[in-house]
Amino acid sequence: MTERSLKLANRPAVVAAMVLFTVAAVTYWDASQMTARATYGMGANAASYFICLFLAVLGVGHLFTAFQTSAVDAEDADWKAIGWIALALSGLIGSIWLGAGFILGSALLFAFTARAFGRKSLGVDLVIGVAMGLIIFLLFNKLLSLALPQGPFERLF
Amino acid sequence: MDAINLLFEGFALAIQPANLIFAAIGVLIGTAVGVLPGIGPALTVALLLPVTFKLDPGGSIIMFAGIYYGGMYGGSTTAILLNTPGESAAVVTALEGNKMARSGRGGPALATAAIGSFVAALVATVALAFLAPALVKVAVKFAPWDYFGLMLIAFVTVSATFGSSPLRGLTSLAFGLWLGLMGLDQLTGQARLTFGVPQLLDGVEVTTLAVGLFAIGEALHVASRHLYKPEKPIPVKGSIWMSKEDWARSWKAWLRGTAVGFPVGALPAGGAEIPTFLSYTMEKKLSRKPEEFGSGAIEGVAGPEAANNASAAGTLVPLLTLGLPTSATAAVMLAGFQQYNIQPGPLLFTQHADLVWGLVASLFIANAMLLVLNLPLVGLWVKLLRIPLPWLYGGILVFASMGTIAANPSVVELLLLSAFGVVGFLMRRYDYPVAPAVVGLILGPLADNALRRSLQMSLGDPMIFLQHPSSAIMIAIATIALIAPFAFKGLSRFQHDED
Repeated sequence: MTERSLKLANRPAVVAAMVLFTVAAVTYWDASQMTARATYGMGANAASYFICLFLAVLGVGHLFTAFQTSAVDAEDADWKAIGWIALALSGLIGSIWLGAGFILGSALLFAFTARAFGRKSLGVDLVIGVAMGLIIFLLFNKLLSLALPQGPFERLF
Repeated sequence: MDAINLLFEGFALAIQPANLIFAAIGVLIGTAVGVLPGIGPALTVALLLPVTFKLDPGGSIIMFAGIYYGGMYGGSTTAILLNTPGESAAVVTALEGNKMARSGRGGPALATAAIGSFVAALVATVALAFLAPALVKVAVKFAPWDYFGLMLIAFVTVSATFGSSPLRGLTSLAFGLWLGLMGLDQLTGQARLTFGVPQLLDGVEVTTLAVGLFAIGEALHVASRHLYKPEKPIPVKGSIWMSKEDWARSWKAWLRGTAVGFPVGALPAGGAEIPTFLSYTMEKKLSRKPEEFGSGAIEGVAGPEAANNASAAGTLVPLLTLGLPTSATAAVMLAGFQQYNIQPGPLLFTQHADLVWGLVASLFIANAMLLVLNLPLVGLWVKLLRIPLPWLYGGILVFASMGTIAANPSVVELLLLSAFGVVGFLMRRYDYPVAPAVVGLILGPLADNALRRSLQMSLGDPMIFLQHPSSAIMIAIATIALIAPFAFKGLSRFQHDED
């Protein structure tokens, strides 16, 4: 019973160890696929193998700490707020992916992020987001000649 | 004196009207962004990099210097007036500074922070100007094995030696090193960890990682913990000027803070937190009014703030002379230099001497501008602190993703940015330091190259690192620095058992 509660209290360390082992395995697999050879010394895969080993050692280290009681207590998270930010980022990514342009994307990003931080008036925030995206677009595409993704709306300018 | 001549030439470049304007714009936007809560200097520089993309290298680097010092200064304003330090090095400033602001002495607190920053940056920049050429003379003799040894020291000190947990620090470093593997290998052209995605062949951008970890990670963290309670900045009442007593209590603290901060920054020891804490305890011991500490002692603002700035200027020494970033901010700066195809290191001083000295001169100018512009503009910065947090974070995310797609307009880059944001959130939540990941990403490939070039020169014999005394000593230092925290932990546990 005590052991079980110990384990539960340190679950993040166990999860971190699992992630480290997985990444180490992926790195090992990737390094074993490499074909370029070096004439002398180490090839391109040597660093991969080294980091794979490093990750595995850290994974073992995490497993050790998982059996000690000194885990960091993470407070409860507001997953709804996280969800809104995830939606905000997906809004931007989707908008760029579908070729709808930067201004719409940034308006969605702005409004949904503001929602995550407790704003209720989504409509107002969308308008602000469009205005902000427009200003940034004009400033950077016209003044500093950076290429921000363009959709039908951006091509009007 | 060679350095003085070169510095004068640098001033001749920096004082041209166009460059002065660049410096002024840099200082203003650097402070404006740095003032925003939750944004430290590293993120300020990363967010504002795209603004300088299309300028010529000279102008953009000068603007950069302004952004860097402005961002540093802005962070202390937030710490004092809002008690939300944007970076770990400003935590100590918030300790006494916020107490001072609460008891109606916000003005003098801001003033001593500003003048202390000015003094520290001035002294540290002079030290930089004289130390750098001497160091460059040594650094040109460095062989790949020496660089490898140096990078090992940087890796260990940044991640393990001074953090709260060596294991978590090293894990963060490993994450950065792993990301550094991605892309085409510089020596053989072998693709590593690209999983057949063509956009990954160029590797991971340092700015994408920094912005993802710092900006998006922070936004997720703050949102998840409901940290957006309406916290109002404390209004600055009365005179912002310091009284005679304030001056008397501040000036020694400034100089002591500078003396502590600069060497720690200049050594590849990483982090401005240590000198700020050191300076704080030192001032507390030396103060004639130690009872004021905890309720707003001016020395407790003056010393750590000077230490913070001196250390930040100190990190420019290894950055410019060796190409070795020892803090997240320095790593982002290095990424910025690389964007203009400038590789800091000993060669920079011979190939682009005008640029280096123009930068050093601009640091002086930016520093002076900060002092002249910022104290009178304090009202404006306070207004910026009043932006409601939902809009603030919305704006930060828009600007962050804008910078990412402006540098590299692809969906893959945005997906990476979001993924780094999630990682940054988890790292914050479970108390993993973020800076080692950024340093690992930028130094990892360099260390890989140094290691393999050494082994090519020795025809594959790894003993080459131990046969040269210089690299052997550096590897020994790195090993000791790695083992020390574990050993001390064991030691202190042992002592604990004794009691």
